[in-house]
Amino acid sequence: MSPFFNAVKKNVLEQFPKEHFEFQESCGDEVILCEAKNLTALLSMLKTKHKCNFLMNISGIDFPEKQKRFEVCYELFSSSMNSRVRVKVAVNEEEPIPTAQFIWKTADWFERETYDMFGIQFSEHPNLRRLLTHHQFKGYPLRKDYPADRVQHCTEALPVHFDQPRTPESAVSDEGKDLVPLNIGPSHPATHGTLRIMAQLDGERIHRSTVELGYLHRCFEKMAETHPYNQVIPYTDRLNYCSAPMNNVGYCKAVERLLGVEIPLKAQALRMILCELSRIIDHIICIGANAVDLGALTGFFHLFTYREKVYTLFEKLCGARLTVSLTRIGGMAQEPPPDWTGQVLQFCDEMSQGISELESLLNQNKIWINRTQGIGAISAESAIEWGYTGPCLRACGVNLDLRKAEPYYLYNEMDFDVPLGTTGDVYDRYLVRVAEMKQSIKIIRQLAKNLPSGDYTIRDKDIVLPEKKDVYGNIEGLMNHFMLVMKGLRPPKGELYDKTEAANGELGFYLISDASPMPYRLKVRAPCFAIYQSFSEQIQGAYVADVISILGSMNVIAGELDR
Amino acid sequence: MNSSQPSSHNQSKLVDESRSYALTTRISKIASWGKRNSLWPMPYGTACCGIEIMSVMGPRYDLARFGAEVVRFSPRQADLLIVAGTITEKMAPIILRIYQQMLEPKFVIAMGACASSGGFYRAYHVLQGVDKIIPVDVYVPGCPPTPEAVLDGLMVVQKMIKDDTKRPWKDHWEPGVWK
Repeated sequence: MSPFFNAVKKNVLEQFPKEHFEFQESCGDEVILCEAKNLTALLSMLKTKHKCNFLMNISGIDFPEKQKRFEVCYELFSSSMNSRVRVKVAVNEEEPIPTAQFIWKTADWFERETYDMFGIQFSEHPNLRRLLTHHQFKGYPLRKDYPADRVQHCTEALPVHFDQPRTPESAVSDEGKDLVPLNIGPSHPATHGTLRIMAQLDGERIHRSTVELGYLHRCFEKMAETHPYNQVIPYTDRLNYCSAPMNNVGYCKAVERLLGVEIPLKAQALRMILCELSRIIDHIICIGANAVDLGALTGFFHLFTYREKVYTLFEKLCGARLTVSLTRIGGMAQEPPPDWTGQVLQFCDEMSQGISELESLLNQNKIWINRTQGIGAISAESAIEWGYTGPCLRACGVNLDLRKAEPYYLYNEMDFDVPLGTTGDVYDRYLVRVAEMKQSIKIIRQLAKNLPSGDYTIRDKDIVLPEKKDVYGNIEGLMNHFMLVMKGLRPPKGELYDKTEAANGELGFYLISDASPMPYRLKVRAPCFAIYQSFSEQIQGAYVADVISILGSMNVIAGELDR
Repeated sequence: MNSSQPSSHNQSKLVDESRSYALTTRISKIASWGKRNSLWPMPYGTACCGIEIMSVMGPRYDLARFGAEVVRFSPRQADLLIVAGTITEKMAPIILRIYQQMLEPKFVIAMGACASSGGFYRAYHVLQGVDKIIPVDVYVPGCPPTPEAVLDGLMVVQKMIKDDTKRPWKDHWEPGVWK
């Protein structure tokens, strides 16, 4: 047990009656089980006394056979102590649990999603409506008794509507205002896919707004529950499709931790190269699209050339361009072709050149500066309250990068810096992203020059399929293949929350295994889900034109937002 | 033309020249030539395919070579709807409305597995193919399709216009009916 968890335990036992609590450890994660009546007091205590400033995730779990059917778990993170703790509470179908959004603002959507998926009630939540599924939807899809393929049709679009204010004090007054309603999206060039913003305008400024999401809710979590572990990998590709390999890596890393295996150094290095290449191309899309929305088309076309080069590298590795599914549980799918690392190094040189050209296009560009500097600024405290991670958080000056804070794979041996901004505005986010691209190149160079030798995957018969030459060449290989396909990869019982630093921030996978060949529950903590929540508050009082600028800088990817 | 020549000579010469440059065709043919070489697509990018559509328009694949680079985000100005990405049940009424807002003649490409059939999302919130609600002319396979495949799909649309292919799926289509 970590010193942090000991201190928490001691404090909890001092303050509360001890029969209400249980302290557990699961796959190295530390868990507190509590009752609904103590939840608010416990969460507040963890935030104030133990500096758990981030609420990373809330997820529901359905256990139909248990007396208390549902569990809700809260994933807390203390950046100053660099420690994590999970709080779990069991509830009945009708029993409401208190909302946590007055402790962390970010709880708002996470709770709405839990309500939408499981029907768990959160008392005093001002907007406990469906979040992802459509408004005509009946039932709760992530309950175990809801069939994955029972489609319900939606026959009409939801009219413009607005959320209730979080508290009576946060309500804005309409008095003496001549308000004009404005609906932006979901089909709008600047909403990057499927986002919808409903606003009321006071002249050119946003008076009140609400965002509607779920237009790309593809039921990832239900699909994960109905597919074997390795077959979930292609679904993870399509979470953040701008940087697909990072999701593969995040998911496989979680399953591997559950299995308790360590992948070979070569696989680790290859995954890191893929992640950093993905980080570069993700930032390319974000910066390029943000600039296009503000009228600067050149940067996009220019940068896309480099994106195509990375696609070519992926294609050489596996044959696919965008959704690569390159990893397998236990390592990589195959050996890279000869001189692949040489081509990666060559790309690094070209990309460095490309970045300096991009900087000369935008850094001093007067129009770009006018449209981005001082726009969408957010303080570090506020950003943490909303659960920001990744470049958007670092643009506020908070030094939090999981590659440094909780290093995985070979990151602690790498020489790289964490770029920080100061004001958290759109311009700072842009600068941080550009600087991160340079750091990624630095990491890739170190790795590609000294790629560790050895195997690209572990060779555990219960986890990894044998190579094709063995399947077709000898009886052991054939039997091994048959057994693994028929029986499936079965991790031991357990649950864990695993995280990686994706291009948008902390990408977390909360995974529960019941020793069957399919995950019992897989919840994704998508970085832009937390960031996009703050959007309504950020654009309040802003010009309509700045809404576009702020939206672009957040890099909201509908695939991982709606899942 | 030489302006120093007397005007009477000039006129007779002009008539001759115009004869040698004349072109005879049918109005439907010249219209279809114009139509197929200036398609204005509306890319309805909702998901991963939306990123590949960017590649199609990007510098390497360059949709402009096929005369279809004038991307319109208003359905009223577009005549080719490229449904690029998963259409969920929540999105279904919106895509239907967008299709209805497009003026004739109009064509629809379902780009990728999700738009064609729901793809590997056999799930409670995903429309099992956009052809459940709007008539689709060309299906492009892939998840996502390569840009070459999308260009091929566009050329099929061009061929359909050229040959004036019959489109019973469109003629018999009724809005708001789930097939």
